[in-house]
Amino acid sequence: MVTKLPKTDVVTVGVGWTGGIIAAEAAKAGLKVVGLERGGNRGTENFSMKHDELRYAIRGELMQDLSRETLTFRNNSGQRGLPMRQYGSFMLGNGVGGAGTHWNGMTDRYNPYDFEIRSKTVERYGENKIADGLLIQDWGITYDEMEPYYTMFDKMAGISADETPLRGKRSEPFPNPALKHGPELDLFKETTKKMGLNPFTMPAANNSQPYQNPDGQHLAGCQMNGFCERFGCEYGAKASPNVTVIPTALKTGNFDLRPYSEVIEILHKDGKATGVIYVDTRTGEKFEQPADIVAITSYTFNNNRLLLNSKLGTAYNPKTQKGTIGKNYCYQIIVGTNGFFDDRKFNTAIGSGGLGATLDNFNGDNFDHTDLDFIHGGMITINQSGKRPIDNNQVPPGVPSWGKEFKQQSLKYYNRMINVHTYGAVMPNVNNYLDLDPTYKDIHGKPLVRMTFDFSETDRKRGEFLNNKTKEIMQEMGATHVSDNESLEHYDITKYQATHNTGGVIMGADPETSAVNSYLQMWEAENVFVVGGSAYAHQSGYNATHTLGALAYRASEGIINYSKKGGSLV
Amino acid sequence: MSEKNVPILDKRSSRRTFIKNSGLTVGGVVLGGALGSLLGKDSEVAPQVQVQGQVQGQQHDQALEYFTNRADFQLLSQATERIFPEDENGPGAIGLGVPYYIDHQLAGKWGINAKDYRYGPFYDGERVQGYQSQLKYHQIYDLGIEAIEKHSQVTFDKRFIELEGEQQDEVLVALENDEVNIPGLKSSFFFEILRKSTIEGAYADPLYGGNKDMQGWKMKEYPGVQMSYSAEQVASKEFIKVQPASLHDTHS
Repeated sequence: MVTKLPKTDVVTVGVGWTGGIIAAEAAKAGLKVVGLERGGNRGTENFSMKHDELRYAIRGELMQDLSRETLTFRNNSGQRGLPMRQYGSFMLGNGVGGAGTHWNGMTDRYNPYDFEIRSKTVERYGENKIADGLLIQDWGITYDEMEPYYTMFDKMAGISADETPLRGKRSEPFPNPALKHGPELDLFKETTKKMGLNPFTMPAANNSQPYQNPDGQHLAGCQMNGFCERFGCEYGAKASPNVTVIPTALKTGNFDLRPYSEVIEILHKDGKATGVIYVDTRTGEKFEQPADIVAITSYTFNNNRLLLNSKLGTAYNPKTQKGTIGKNYCYQIIVGTNGFFDDRKFNTAIGSGGLGATLDNFNGDNFDHTDLDFIHGGMITINQSGKRPIDNNQVPPGVPSWGKEFKQQSLKYYNRMINVHTYGAVMPNVNNYLDLDPTYKDIHGKPLVRMTFDFSETDRKRGEFLNNKTKEIMQEMGATHVSDNESLEHYDITKYQATHNTGGVIMGADPETSAVNSYLQMWEAENVFVVGGSAYAHQSGYNATHTLGALAYRASEGIINYSKKGGSLV
Repeated sequence: MSEKNVPILDKRSSRRTFIKNSGLTVGGVVLGGALGSLLGKDSEVAPQVQVQGQVQGQQHDQALEYFTNRADFQLLSQATERIFPEDENGPGAIGLGVPYYIDHQLAGKWGINAKDYRYGPFYDGERVQGYQSQLKYHQIYDLGIEAIEKHSQVTFDKRFIELEGEQQDEVLVALENDEVNIPGLKSSFFFEILRKSTIEGAYADPLYGGNKDMQGWKMKEYPGVQMSYSAEQVASKEFIKVQPASLHDTHS
C-alpha cells in the first residue's frame, strides 16, 4: 500500500550539497520544498568523538551501509560485473548533509577550458587531436556563465584563499584569507617557483577565521586538528550543508526535511514527472510524494540508478552510442610521489582538510600538448590535511611491508614523509558507462547500478606524464628517497583514490548527446532537474565539489524560473 | 634539524585560546549554532581536561570474546608479533595488545562483515574487483589460523608457536605468496587482512584494546587526540613533540 501525500512545489531526492542548496534557494524564493534523505539527521553536536581513525576513516562510520545497497563493477563489458562488497576506491555518503558532511573542503573551480573542451581543443590542435573513442564534448555553458554561481558558493561556504594563478577570472575576492600552513608547503612553493611554476595555497572550505555568510549562518574558525575527510567537523568550522544551506532552508518555514526517506522511483507520465515513491526506512511504509518539480540531487551513482530504474530518459547503449543516461562516466587519476627526508621532520598531524599548496601549470590546456599524445592534465598538489597513523605507514622503495625493518622504517619516516600528487583528468570514452546490473539487487529488490570503467590509453599517458612531474618536484624538494611511479594499468576499485565519480546524466547543448541542459533540466522531462557530479561531461584535473555546488545554484535559478513560467529554460 | 621539546600544553590557556578562536565549546562538549553563539568569546567555563588518563589497575578488557581456544589466540599473537615486533623503539604487537584488539574486532560487527554487501551469487572476480569471498572475516581468521598451524606441522614438524622467529617468518612469507592452502581463499588474502588488522591494533585509539597506553602513537611521535593547534604550532619550522592524548581524555 502506498500512502499519497499532499502535493509540494519541489521535492529533492537526497539532502547533501546539491539538495541543500536547491532547498535553501527555492525555499527563500517562497516555494514549498520537501527534502527526502534516506539516512538520518546529524549535526555538529554528533562529532565530539570524531577523532577516531578506526571508526570513521577505516570502518566508514558516516558512509552508506553497503549491506543495503552498493554497485557492481567490471573493467570492461567482456567481464562479469561483481558487487563492490566493501569500500575501497571511493566513499559513498549517507544521511543529512550527504558526502558534504565528510568532505575534505578542497574547493577548486574548473578551468575555462573545461567547459568548452572540445571547441578549444579543436581550435588549437585540430580534430585529429581527439583520440578515437573519446566522447569529449562542450558542457553547453561557459566559464563566464558559471562564474556568478561559483562566487555564490564561495560566499555561502566562506572559502579561504588568496589568489589562484592560471585559473578563471574571479568577480569578487575570496571571503576569507588563506589558511596558515606549515613548512612543507613552503618547501613545495619555494621549489616549484624556482622551477618556473606558479604555486599557491588551495582554496579551502575550512574557514581560516570565524565567518558569517550572506544567509546569516555562522561558521567557526578552523582549529587545524585534521580529521576532516571521512569525519564531520566538531566545531562547525568546515562548510557543510548541515551548518549552512540546510539551516537556511529550515529558517524560511518552507522546507520540510524528512530523514529516513529513501526514494525508490520517480513517477512520470507523458514526459513529465508527477512525483516520487519513497520508503520510510524505519517502518518500511511506502509514500507517494507528488510534486510540480522533482530535483534528483543524490550522488552520481544513485542519480543514474534512479533514472534507469524509473525508466526516465533514454539509457545509453555502448554498441550504438545512442541514448544518454549512463554515458560519459568518468573518474580521476590520483598518482603521486612520496618523499622521504632523512634530515627533516614535519608536524604532519597538524592540518586541515582543504589545506594544501597546488599549481595549475600542467592542468587543462595551460601547457602545450602539440607533442603529447593526450589532452588535458591535472593539478599538482601537496596537502597538509593531518596525517593519521593507521593509514600512513609508508616506507622507502625496497623496504618490506611487515617485520622488523618495516617497523623501524615506518616509525622513522612517519613525520619525515610528505607526498606530492595529482588530481588528473579522465576523458570519457565509449567503453566507460553506467547501466543496471542484470543480477544483483538492493534491499528493496531493485537492480544495482553497474559501473563499466577502465583507464583508456590516453588516461594512462596523462597519468604517467603527471607522475613524472610529481617525482621531479619531489626530487627538487630535496627528498632523500622518493617512491616509484604508480601503476595505472587497470582501474582498481579496492584502493582508495578519490570520491570523484562523475557523469552519466551529463549536461550539454544538444539533446542527442546530453541528458540535461545548462540549467540541469532534463531534455526528456522538463520538470525534472538532475543535479550533481552526474552532470559533468568529463572529469577535470580538480577536486569535484565546487562545480556541483555552483551547478546547484544554477539549477536553483532554473527551478525558480520554471515554477513561474514552465517550459524549456533554453 | 634540532627538535624542540614543548611540554604538555597548558590545558587552561590552550582551551581559552581555542574558545576565543572558535566560540563554540563548553567543557568536553561541542556546541553548535545558537547555543554556542550565546557564549562570550572569553568564556572561562572550560574545566580542566585530564591529559594523561592512565588509570593503573587490572586490564579487564584483556580476555577473549571471540576465540574459544587459547592455542589459536597464542598462534595469532605470535604471528602479529612477527609482523610488528618488539624492538629498541618499543613494544611489538603483543605488548601493544594487538591480539586482544583483533579478538574484540572479530567478535563485533566487523567480524561478521555487517556493513558489507553480502548477497550472492559469489564468483571469483578479478583482483581489482575486490573481496568476493563467501567467508566472513571471523571465518577467514579461523581458517587462516588453522592453515598456518597445518603448514608449520607439515614443513617443520612443529607447532607454529614452537618455531624459531625466522621459521615463523618463513611460514608468513609462504602465506603472503599464496603457498599455504586455505579452503575457499588465497592465502595472500588472509595475510593482507592479518597485516592490516595488526597495524590497526597498533595505532587505533586505545579504546579498542590495542595501542596500549598510546605506546604505538608515542613510538610514532603522533600526538593522538588534540582539540586544537595554534597558529604558531601550524607554522612551526621545528618539530613539536606533543604528549599524546586519547578519546578517553576528551570524554572524562
